[in-house]
Amino acid sequence: MSAPQTLYEKIWNAHVVEQRDDGTCLIFIDRHLVHEVTSPQAFEGLRVAGRRVRRPDLTLAVPDHNLPTTARLDANGNNIPIADPESAQQLEALERNAPEFGIAYIDATDVKQGIVHVVGPEQGFSLPGTTIVCGDSHTACHGGLGALAFGIGTSEVEHVLATQTLQLSRSKSMEVRVEGELAPGVSAKDVVLHITGVLGASGGTGHVIEYTGSVIRALSIEGRLTISNMAIEHGARAGLVAPDDVTYAYLKGRPMAPKGADWDTAVAYWRSLATDAGATYDKVVTINAADIAPSVTWGTSPEDVLPITGVVPDPSTFADPSKQAAAKKSLEYMGLTPGTPMTDISVENIFIGSCTNSRIEDLRAAAALLKDRKKADNVKWAIVVPGSGLVKQMAEAEGLDRIFIDAGFEWREPGCSACLGMNPDKVPAGERCASTSNRNFVGRQGPGARTHLVSPAMAAAAAVTGKLTDVRTLMD
Amino acid sequence: MQPISSVKGKAYPLGLKNVDTDIIIPAAWLKTISRSGLGKGAFQSLRSVPGNVFDDPAYTGAPILIAGDNFGCGSSREHAAWAMADLGISAVIAPSFSDIFSGNAFKNGLLAIVLPQEAIDRLMEVAKTDEIHIDLETQTVTTPFQDRFPFEIDPFRKHCLINGVDEIGLTLKSSDAISAYENKLSASQPWLSPNQA
Ligand code: SF4
Repeated sequence: MSAPQTLYEKIWNAHVVEQRDDGTCLIFIDRHLVHEVTSPQAFEGLRVAGRRVRRPDLTLAVPDHNLPTTARLDANGNNIPIADPESAQQLEALERNAPEFGIAYIDATDVKQGIVHVVGPEQGFSLPGTTIVCGDSHTACHGGLGALAFGIGTSEVEHVLATQTLQLSRSKSMEVRVEGELAPGVSAKDVVLHITGVLGASGGTGHVIEYTGSVIRALSIEGRLTISNMAIEHGARAGLVAPDDVTYAYLKGRPMAPKGADWDTAVAYWRSLATDAGATYDKVVTINAADIAPSVTWGTSPEDVLPITGVVPDPSTFADPSKQAAAKKSLEYMGLTPGTPMTDISVENIFIGSCTNSRIEDLRAAAALLKDRKKADNVKWAIVVPGSGLVKQMAEAEGLDRIFIDAGFEWREPGCSACLGMNPDKVPAGERCASTSNRNFVGRQGPGARTHLVSPAMAAAAAVTGKLTDVRTLMD
Repeated sequence: MQPISSVKGKAYPLGLKNVDTDIIIPAAWLKTISRSGLGKGAFQSLRSVPGNVFDDPAYTGAPILIAGDNFGCGSSREHAAWAMADLGISAVIAPSFSDIFSGNAFKNGLLAIVLPQEAIDRLMEVAKTDEIHIDLETQTVTTPFQDRFPFEIDPFRKHCLINGVDEIGLTLKSSDAISAYENKLSASQPWLSPNQA
């Protein structure tokens, strides 16, 4: 019998086309998602070199980053032009490149359109045991289904388009085991923020992380996607959750998932992928669910995480001098004073969306809290941006849109939106935003914008009180 | 890709840790459909602060940047590497890099050199007055003061950098192996190709 293997090793080994003497492998890529921002230069490179796309059938293109989230069609059903000429030019480039290279393209007005990382799982394009790449660091997201998924740069996008492979070296493996039971008010987002606080922003560098333990097993696919989505925020190359019955129930019947007899063969194969008993990881980190509270970030790195019951830290108490300097800078940017209770910080903007938290379950969690409540007067801008047209449709069928609108939120069209503000949705300079996205970097949500990362329920709670709020104080 | 075997010159002593890709090139600059011209947006938020190293005449045009831990963390945008190259930077020295950034840097012939924090501290001092020399052949960083810091680099990457190898061209030589793999795959997991399902 062969030596026991981890899930990561099994997927890796199944995709080796060739191995060079130095250990670098040519790895086959099963799924390639393409969006408008990181692909124009790759298509241009192909054209210049006279190369074609090797496997258009394994490639799916969808626009998301630049799209305005306001109405896309006018009263007569005609496309409303995009005001920003640069955004329009980038979107047009994808719209042209996809058919030119024979790639399936989901149009901005198609109900299937959405953020790449929401669309892939939703369409059954992302499958367990596959290798998935996209010119976007949050590609790790698809690891929630048990796929080896990671972000690549534009040169690699071009390489995959031309060859359907990548030259890669094996990463190290890490297990992050979360055991116990989550307390009420604690969601998948709090788990991953907590993990990022524990590991640090570079704690996973060079590693592929498998998230295991009873907490992960008990999560829905939406929750697992949220966790794996932020693997990159603790530096990991990719995140993985072993596929199980929850995964198969989620995928069955999705448009691009296997059908008929193929389905049974596929499930049997997926079941064989789980980490073998006795397999070892290069590193193991164990986290106790009881230690995880509803969490919030205070600084400008996703590792700057605190329980909502905490106070703004004093940089001089950090042991590492470079961390002290970074924290001081962060607090200046964030306009925060050490010792301030997190729950005293008022917020003017609320963003519910992004590939981390824009799936139906996220919208349900936020809506449950907002039902029969209104946003506080000091909250000037509160928007919900569903992850895809299908999520939006489902939410509307459940009446969630009414709850958001009645609470004073704007109900928008799908896209990346204020997660990074490439479209018109930006947080004004100097203002704060309680955001369900994944990055609180300087200027991420707009120049000078101050981001506090939270879960959907926590974002809803902040909207109601106008301050960062412990969601548990608003739960019945 | 242009071959590169050494970099010699002044270095920006930045030293900052967790320099993320939004700092290197903010999202507003990602709307381009070309690879050039991004230098103007490079390190915008840092450059808005008076007295920053990038606009200090002592360093302007330096081909080397010295930074802290976890350089290039954040997004996969290759625009970060393009922007730095456009600014005239040919090498970054830091205690660690994000995986995606070091890959992107490599693809653009931008050296991402890992040295321990003590070496970084020393180079930060030297950079204030003198030039730094990175030699890829011998895998060393040296200063005019007898400092000699050896660094590791993946042998394949070293080969590609020194010879200016076109990686896609290289992989296409393995076309037969890729075809053989594809045939095997369509037999064992036919559902992977939606056209065959
Ligand atoms: S939602 Fe945000 S993190 Fe996700 S793909 Fe879009 S910009 Fe990237």
